[in-house]
Amino acid sequence: MGITSKPVVFAVLAAVLILIGTTVTVFIPLFMPSTQPVSTFIKPYTAVEQEGRDIYMREGCNNCHTQTVRPLRTEVLRYGEYSKPEEFAYDRPFLWGSRRTGPDLNRVGGKYPDSWHYKHTANPQGMFEKSNMPPYGWLAKNQLETTYSFKKTSILGYGYSENDVRQQIEQYRLKVTDESYPSKESRNQVTPLEIRKQLTEMDALIAYLQKLGRDVKKMEAAQ
Amino acid sequence: MSEASTEKYNFAIVRGFAFSALFWLVIGLIVGLWIAFEMFNPALNLTPWLSFGRLRVVHTNGLGLGFGLAAIFATSYYILQRLTRIPILFPRLAQVHLYFFNTVIALGALSLFAGMNTTKEYAELEWPLDIGVVVLWVMFAVNVFGTLIKRKEKQMYISLWYIISMTVAIAILYIVNNLEIPVTLFKSYSVYAGANDANVEWWYGHNVVGFIFTVPILAMFYYFLPKSTGLPIFSHRLSIVSFWALNFAYLWTGAHHLMLTPLPEWIQTVAIAFSIFLIAPSWGSVVNGYYTLQGNWDQMRTNYLTKFFIAGITFYGLQTLQGPLQGLRTLNAFFHYTDWVVGHVHMGTMGWVTMVISASFYYMIPRITNKELYSIKLADTHFWLILVGQFTWTITMWIAGIQQGAMWKATNPDGSLMYNFLDTVTSLYPYYKLRFAAGVIYFIGILVFVWNLTMTVRKQSSQTEV
Repeated sequence: MGITSKPVVFAVLAAVLILIGTTVTVFIPLFMPSTQPVSTFIKPYTAVEQEGRDIYMREGCNNCHTQTVRPLRTEVLRYGEYSKPEEFAYDRPFLWGSRRTGPDLNRVGGKYPDSWHYKHTANPQGMFEKSNMPPYGWLAKNQLETTYSFKKTSILGYGYSENDVRQQIEQYRLKVTDESYPSKESRNQVTPLEIRKQLTEMDALIAYLQKLGRDVKKMEAAQ
Repeated sequence: MSEASTEKYNFAIVRGFAFSALFWLVIGLIVGLWIAFEMFNPALNLTPWLSFGRLRVVHTNGLGLGFGLAAIFATSYYILQRLTRIPILFPRLAQVHLYFFNTVIALGALSLFAGMNTTKEYAELEWPLDIGVVVLWVMFAVNVFGTLIKRKEKQMYISLWYIISMTVAIAILYIVNNLEIPVTLFKSYSVYAGANDANVEWWYGHNVVGFIFTVPILAMFYYFLPKSTGLPIFSHRLSIVSFWALNFAYLWTGAHHLMLTPLPEWIQTVAIAFSIFLIAPSWGSVVNGYYTLQGNWDQMRTNYLTKFFIAGITFYGLQTLQGPLQGLRTLNAFFHYTDWVVGHVHMGTMGWVTMVISASFYYMIPRITNKELYSIKLADTHFWLILVGQFTWTITMWIAGIQQGAMWKATNPDGSLMYNFLDTVTSLYPYYKLRFAAGVIYFIGILVFVWNLTMTVRKQSSQTEV
């Protein structure tokens, strides 16, 4: 075997070998539209939802919560309809996860009212005594940082103008700070008085959770 | 045995990386114990930066990149010099590599504590640190190839092949998976979306395990086993076949981490097929290891290093059988997302990887410092503690995984679910407590290891035998 005395040739050969499987199973699918199909029913995240998603990532929620319901009978019973590829067209990165220490969240949007999420996120043990989820009450004490919201949505190619982003943020702020907001009481319980009129990180996280699995229902209904 | 030639080898760099590895090992395990406790008692989530979601990535990155890479750099620099019979070509660069490596890992840990997390498993570092990792990898590669090109020994022994393929593969994997568009210095988005991002990530995730926790560990195994036992490797041909088959097949299998997800089914099926195929080259190395000891099995008792290697390769063998089986669709539907997989991973890392690295360090450190090992008895204690700790740990998690998998699937006669989700979690707490205890035993074993090597180095330079 001559190559065992030629390190550079050896390295090139190893690289070629490594790239064969890589090309077939990873590079080629990148250019096949069928790998990540799109649907007009699936809308991008709003600026607030995207900020919520970034908080979900920052706190590493994906370490305990998956976001893919598998096509298995008991799984569909537990979480809802199984995941479709179209749902993830705007997910950069994907957040499918690898361990379900907590339940799957792909279809959690609309399952509970916002008030449930305010209470549960701030103090999971208050709702389920034996839960091992960390409490995230401090998210309601942090005002939401929106300096980069427009830059984020434009990098992600959501197609919003700077004005759209400003409006989305203001609209959501008006929604959760309005007197008639149905979850007002729970929100007030976890949000300190000084920032109650502002958007908090908790507000954004809940906006994101409520978005999960919503659009796809329209797609499924249309099929 | 200290010939004149050994004097010129650069062993300071080996020692630097070896003790960096031990440092990150201890840190990573403390974090591991902390999160193991949080699993049954959330009161330990004291501050945002101590919350489970942030700490888990500090644990995986600290041990995978901190401990794993430092140990690989230490042993690779040693093996490289011995097998080429020349000192490292660029000693200054290697020195910078050492400092730069520890800086990147320390900043990496801090950034993960702070929540700068791209969420792609084992690639969570944000983009500036990704660039840091690439730079330190290039520093390493320059020395590997420079030294290889200038080598005095004509033939490259198997261990060098594994080091070469690791160097090439990790570069490709790391760069492709970490392509991201920066928003700020601390935030970026992946260039891939959805199913493609998942596919790229698990191609990376699976192979980073392959080319960090398998390939360089095999390099150590093939070098240090014959060195420690004085027995030549059983079959050179078998190692050649295994090497090329492993390098070819590994890259096809990432999607077995994505069974039954929205990823196209054909990619999943190809991954299953190649996973089964991978048993062959993996067991090629296992068989090679066992047969090397043929007729000399008494060394398991008489030579304190042999049992580390043999236990290690045994766990590798079990690991490489378990992995492909878990990848089968039906079994995966049951086991995936449970603690079974957590047990699987830790058999590899706590069993195979740490066992082989331990023995390699025990072999190397006395030789590069020209001292005798502080205590063989302590090395034996270390062996038994990490063996018992690891076994208890992994078996506990397998049982926990089977239980939770079964509870998720259980239905009443009317077809409704038998358990709500929380029941399936709280029923695992006894296992989590046992797992924590097993982790403590393992950690004590590692402390013995660190103590033993520290005392070895601290010893007044003992024998100056010629």
